[in-house]
Amino acid sequence: MNGEWQRLSPLSPVVRVGGAMTAVIIVGLGQLGRSGGGSPLAFTLVWITALILGVVSGFVSWLVTRWRISGSDLQIETGLIRRQSLRIPLERIQAVDVVAPMVARLLGLAEVRVVSAGGGVERSRLAYLGAAHANEVRAQLLALAHGLEPTSAPPAHYPLYQVDNARLIVGMLLRSPALPFLVIAAFGVAFAVAVPERAADAVTFFALAISAFIGLVLRPVNADWDFSLSESLDGFRLDRGLLQTRHETIPFGRIQAVRVWQPLIWRALGWYAVGVDVARQKVATRADSEAQQVARWLVPVANRAQVDWVLTRALPGAALDPVPGSKPPPRAFWVIPFTVRNAAAWFDDKYLFARTGRVALRTTIVPHNKVQSVRLRRGPWLRAFGLSDLYADAAGPQRAGGTVRGLARDVRQAEEFAWAWTELARERRRDPHRVLGQIQPT
Amino acid sequence: VEFNRVSPKWWLARQCELAAGYGIPLVICLVLSMSYTVLLLAAALLLLLFVIAWFVERGRYRRWGYAERAEDLVVRRGYLFQHMSIVPYGRMQFIDVKAGPVERAFGLATVQLHTAAAASDALIPGLPRAEAERLRDRLTTAGEARATGI
Repeated sequence: MNGEWQRLSPLSPVVRVGGAMTAVIIVGLGQLGRSGGGSPLAFTLVWITALILGVVSGFVSWLVTRWRISGSDLQIETGLIRRQSLRIPLERIQAVDVVAPMVARLLGLAEVRVVSAGGGVERSRLAYLGAAHANEVRAQLLALAHGLEPTSAPPAHYPLYQVDNARLIVGMLLRSPALPFLVIAAFGVAFAVAVPERAADAVTFFALAISAFIGLVLRPVNADWDFSLSESLDGFRLDRGLLQTRHETIPFGRIQAVRVWQPLIWRALGWYAVGVDVARQKVATRADSEAQQVARWLVPVANRAQVDWVLTRALPGAALDPVPGSKPPPRAFWVIPFTVRNAAAWFDDKYLFARTGRVALRTTIVPHNKVQSVRLRRGPWLRAFGLSDLYADAAGPQRAGGTVRGLARDVRQAEEFAWAWTELARERRRDPHRVLGQIQPT
Repeated sequence: VEFNRVSPKWWLARQCELAAGYGIPLVICLVLSMSYTVLLLAAALLLLLFVIAWFVERGRYRRWGYAERAEDLVVRRGYLFQHMSIVPYGRMQFIDVKAGPVERAFGLATVQLHTAAAASDALIPGLPRAEAERLRDRLTTAGEARATGI
C-alpha cells in the first residue's frame, strides 16, 4: 500500500509556539502593567517581532514537513535547509502513543508518537494531527505493525481496570519519595513554635518543603488522572492525563518485563503499582526524557485483586507470591542484611520471577522467551559464604530494572537455575508468539 | 562445560602493561624522592601492589574462557569477582571486534557481544586475530540462523 503524502495539521505551528508565546505574553503583560518601566512602545515592537518570527518559523517547518505510510514503512520528511527523511519499518514498531498537551487539546489536535526498537523517539513523531485523525493513524500503524490490513477504525476494546482518582491522590501522597518532605515541613512548623522570633525563616522553609511535596504528588496525579486500562485486539490501551492527555498502546508480545512495586506504606494498605518495559535498544541520552517514557505504568495504584486481574491479562498464569524454596539461604544475611527477608527468585515453565527490596518490594517478572542473557556473579564476600548472584536480562537499559535479580543464592542452586533458565528460554523462544490477544469480556 | 582459554600472548601483554603501569611510577619516585626512607617505603609499597596485581591478573587470565555450545555462548571471567554469562546465539544484536594498541602489537583482538539488554556483558579479550574473526563469523551465522524478534 502506498499512501499519499500528507501534511500535518495547519494549526500545529500554533501549538508548537503556543507554549513559548504564553510565556512571552505573560512577561509582556507584566511589563506593560508596571508603570514607567521603560518605553512601552519599544517593548511592544520587540514582542511583536518575536511573535512574528515564532509564527513564521513554525509555519515554514509545517510547510516543509510531510509524511506517508508507504509499503511497510512510515516515512517522515522534514527540514528546510537540511532535509531529513526518516523511514520507520512498521514491523519494528514497539508502541504507538497519541499525546495531547493542553494547548493542542484546546485546538482539538493530538500528536502521534512512534516508539521503535531502534530508539530515537524524538524524530519519529507526527505533531500535530487532528485528534480523530491521530486515532485513525494510530489504528492504521498498529494494524500494519501486526501485519494486518490497515483499517481506519480503531478496534473495539474492553476495559480492564480504572483507577479511582481519590485512591490515586492518596496513593501518591503516601508514596515514599514524597513523604520526607512532609517530615521536613513538620520540622519547620515545630521550629517556628519552639523559636517564635525566627518564625519567618521557618515559614519560608515550610513553604519550600510543602511545595516540593505537592510537586512530587501533583506530577503523577496530573499524569495518571482518570487512568484506564483496556485491552483490544492490538494490545493494551492506556488512557490517562488531566492537563495533557495520553492514549498509549502496548502491542501484545512486546512486553519485555513486568515490575510490581510496593512502597513501604502501600505495603500496609495492600496497594501495588505495576510497570511494564517495552523494548528499546539503547538509551539515547539522559536528556532524552521521551525515550524513558517507554517504561510505563500499566497500573499506577491498585489493590491486590486488581493487580492479579491485570497480570492474568498481561502475563497469563503468572502468580505474584514466592513459592517455597525461592528464598536465599539464611546465611545470605551476612551479604545482604537488609534485603534478605524480601529477596526471592523462582520460576515456572513460562516466567521468571524475582523479588528484591529493603523497604519497598519490587517483583520483576520476565517471560522466558524475552530473556536476552543469563549471568552469574560472585564477589569475594559472596564466595566466602558459598553464595552467588544470579541475573536474567530482558531488553532495555541497565537502569530500567528489566533484569531479574536472584540475590545471594546458594552457589549450586544458582548454577542449576542458570542452566534451567537458559534451557527454558530456548524452548519458549520456539513457541509461536502471541500477537493477537483473545478478547474475553467479563 | 569445556572452556576455551584466552591466548597466552594476552597474559604476556597484560604483564607488559602491568610492568609499565608500576615501573613508571617507580622511576618517578626514584627521581623525585627526597630521602632513602621515603624511597624505600614507596618502592616497597609499589612492589607489594605489583605482586598483588600480578596474582590477580594471573587468576583472571587463568579463569577467562568461553565455550561455544550448540545454542549459546558461555563466557566465564573474573578472579575476585567471578562472572559467567550465557548468551543465546539468537539474541545477539551485534558483535564488536576491537583491538587496542597493546593488543595490536601482540596480534590480538577482543570480541564483545551485544544483546538488546544493556546488562549483558559477554566480553572475550586476548584472542589471536584469526581466531577472533573466526569466532565473529561463526557467531554471526549462528545468530542469523536462530534470530528471533525482540
